[in-house]
Amino acid sequence: MPETSTRQINFHVTRYNPETDRAPYGKTYAIPVREGMTVLDGLHYIKDNLDSTLAWRYSCRMGICGSCGMLLNGRPGLACNTQILHIADANLAVGPLPNFEIIRDLVPDLFTMFDKHRSLQPYILRNDEAEINDVAGEFYQSPEQLESYLQFTYCIKCGCCMGACPTLATDARYLGPMPLTAAQRYNSDSRDEGRPARNGLTGASTGAFRCHYAGECSRACPKGVDPARAIQFLKRRLVLDYLHLASRRTGCKKLHGPGQGKPLPDIAPAPKRTVGP
Amino acid sequence: MNGTKYWTWHMAAGVVIVFVLGLHMLIMHMGGVSHLYAPNSGDADSLQNSLFRDGQLFFTVTYILLLGVALYHGLYGLRTMLFELTLPPAAEKAITVVLVLVGLGLFCLGSWAAVTAHSIALAGARG
Repeated sequence: MPETSTRQINFHVTRYNPETDRAPYGKTYAIPVREGMTVLDGLHYIKDNLDSTLAWRYSCRMGICGSCGMLLNGRPGLACNTQILHIADANLAVGPLPNFEIIRDLVPDLFTMFDKHRSLQPYILRNDEAEINDVAGEFYQSPEQLESYLQFTYCIKCGCCMGACPTLATDARYLGPMPLTAAQRYNSDSRDEGRPARNGLTGASTGAFRCHYAGECSRACPKGVDPARAIQFLKRRLVLDYLHLASRRTGCKKLHGPGQGKPLPDIAPAPKRTVGP
Repeated sequence: MNGTKYWTWHMAAGVVIVFVLGLHMLIMHMGGVSHLYAPNSGDADSLQNSLFRDGQLFFTVTYILLLGVALYHGLYGLRTMLFELTLPPAAEKAITVVLVLVGLGLFCLGSWAAVTAHSIALAGARG
């Protein structure tokens, strides 16, 4: 394997222990960086070689779990999928996500975000209780219906959008881009019938209309989700619901067994069963 | 749903303002050419032409409508900007109450002026 050259980068890391420190302060660590190293690798280097007391949160190391959201040179991002040399020449500022309390060093307290998220009932709601309790069967959903909410399902709840939101910075009661995007994701799901139940919160004064469309959430999202767009969709649907102009949609029906769905044209029938009745 | 309600009316008021203000611009700035609602000689804002318009119920209603929607649209916008200042909930409530009172006060004053102008114009027309 060819040797790659290393370069020294100064990591300016925000340190804070609420039990001993009165306010967050900065500490600088010089790190030898080679091409391909991520910010997470740099933090591990600090922990292993320079300062074992540094705290941050991480898990998957591949941009899936959303644990390592932090402020990198002033922009929220994931430490695990941000390469140091892509964003830093000689200095890199690493801090906790803004708009959250700090638990310690680079660990933000995401409970406020998850409380708001939970309050919007981010799961499929159906009017028929018996149907919910009957686990058999499956829902028919067309590719177009899937497309209407698919991109919003890619959210990994890392909190980068919440850290980037200027409205949330001035009003902690605002629900924020992540929970509102989750609400839009389920509102636009053809299987869901819970929009009226969510409208009370998404349409409140701390809901979608608090968003001024700065668009920073969409720029910050490491997964390419577009929360600003989701909030605009929410606003439109809320206004149509308020004016009673929205089409009344009932959730798609559950199918119990083969042959009940509408077969798509130009698709060959399934081969005959070779076993059992 | 309060946010939805206020926002929807804010947008609706904006549309009405575009229409009513367009009418105002048309009459005041194109009056010399079109003589629309300005039948007398001179500019559209001459005393005779103003009295002519003030004497028509349509204009009195339009003035009051413009006043109402402009006040709502403007004060709701101001309230939104003030709420950006990281205020405590009690201050936000106080701002809302003050703006509602200011809005209602200005609306009553303006409506009274429009109705009075209408009465004066009618009395003048009767001689």
